[in-house]
Amino acid sequence: MPGDVALDVCIEAKTFHAGQATVLREVRFRAAPGEFIALFGPSGVGKTTTLRIVLGLDTAFTGRVRRGRGRIGVVFQEPRLAPWLNVADNLRLVATDGVPAPDIPTLLDEVGLSGGGGHMPRELSLGMARRAALARALAVTPDLLVLDEPFASTDPQLGASLATMTARWARRRGATVLLATHDLDQALAVADRVLVLFGHPATLAADLAVPEATDGAAVALMRETLLLRFPFLGTGEDRPAASP
Amino acid sequence: MTTESGAKTNLATANWSKVGWANLSWPVGGRFVSLAGFAVLWWIGARLAASPQFLPSPAQVLRVAWTALLDGDMPRDIGATLLRVVVAFGVSMAAGSVAGYFAGRSARANALMDPWLTIALNLPVLVVVILVYIWVGLNEVAAVLAVAIVKAPTVMVTVREGARALDPALEEVAFVYRLPRLRRLRWIILPQLAPYLAAAGRGGLSVTWKIVLVVELLGRPNGVGFALNLFFQNFNVAGILAYGLVFAVIMLVVEAALLQPWEQRANAWRRGA
Repeated sequence: MPGDVALDVCIEAKTFHAGQATVLREVRFRAAPGEFIALFGPSGVGKTTTLRIVLGLDTAFTGRVRRGRGRIGVVFQEPRLAPWLNVADNLRLVATDGVPAPDIPTLLDEVGLSGGGGHMPRELSLGMARRAALARALAVTPDLLVLDEPFASTDPQLGASLATMTARWARRRGATVLLATHDLDQALAVADRVLVLFGHPATLAADLAVPEATDGAAVALMRETLLLRFPFLGTGEDRPAASP
Repeated sequence: MTTESGAKTNLATANWSKVGWANLSWPVGGRFVSLAGFAVLWWIGARLAASPQFLPSPAQVLRVAWTALLDGDMPRDIGATLLRVVVAFGVSMAAGSVAGYFAGRSARANALMDPWLTIALNLPVLVVVILVYIWVGLNEVAAVLAVAIVKAPTVMVTVREGARALDPALEEVAFVYRLPRLRRLRWIILPQLAPYLAAAGRGGLSVTWKIVLVVELLGRPNGVGFALNLFFQNFNVAGILAYGLVFAVIMLVVEAALLQPWEQRANAWRRGA
């Protein structure tokens, strides 16, 4: 990876409808290798658009994105599994040449789908399919892991444990993580940094390092501060935000 | 006659697949009654015509078919026709699928190909066959080429629909995970195109063999179409019916034994089987 930057994002502007609506302006951030970044914002603010630009799926913007040379794992909002392949084959599909053959049973264990490799995607609930998609992202041993609200529609406890598992996994491998989420508590528990995307067009309204989890008081203070400044954050529910 | 019986049986099989397995007894019984009715009607017509030259009875036609099968002429002709059908079918499917895929994926490719497609779809079969024979010569290449020019456009239309319906969400997955081209084709694109390819193949086979007969009738020294031409010249109605029936049955068996199971398999993941 060049230097000590895994990801260098510089979006000057992103417009839709032939320049009629600007959704993102001056969204700049960098990620160090191994850093876990949580991207916050109300629904429709442009989190997914930002992730798509980072992934190289959206190139119609002004600015530039530099990614490290490594592999990318992704969990979209929808699971996006190939419906004609069972779960294990979906994992094998993305493990291309140069990727060590994934240890599928262990990966499925970790996401809580033990022994589910033989299931077809349509036999899974949405939450289970999302976990399979997470296992698929881990199967390529990514250097950059991009997660678009992957733990929505799983029950909160499971969501929290999956988030913790993902963070632990990423730390062990030194993988950089970019996570879009609504759940502030979850992000504070796992992320090194919190970016808040807010406004019309959306800009980076905050870029804060999360205190060590051992410092409970500091984390609680940060939580209160964020909730005061950005009332739409919180418990995973979308509340229309008052103007900042 | 051959064309009509082929079309009828195709319709019957199409209805059959819609009826489904829950209602098994009625379709089977109904089809049997209908088929028997057809034979009875034929027999009555033959009795009324009272002329084996004009309309031979079913039994007479079967006898003619049996002798022709045994004396070797019919197997040789059918073999020649089958070979042409297989080659022409393969060429049309390959050319039509590739062209249809690109037309479905790229608006620019479609803009370039669509006017040609409209022309090709609206050319009368006879015009194509005659012109190709004039320009290429009375040979096998011309025969196969003529069939492909007639058939490939319809394959292209079907596959183009399939290519347009490809799921962009999976495309993005393939992009992010940098799937190699072949793996993308085999595991992302082909499974989505398979139902369309199967539909094109199934509809394509019946059209192909009917065109091959016309091509043979106009300029080949062997094959079922050639034989039909001879029978036409000696007013041999029993021979025409015998060849037509036997070949139609062979094509039906191919469709039921190969193409229908393939289509069902291609669609299996959709239906949740």
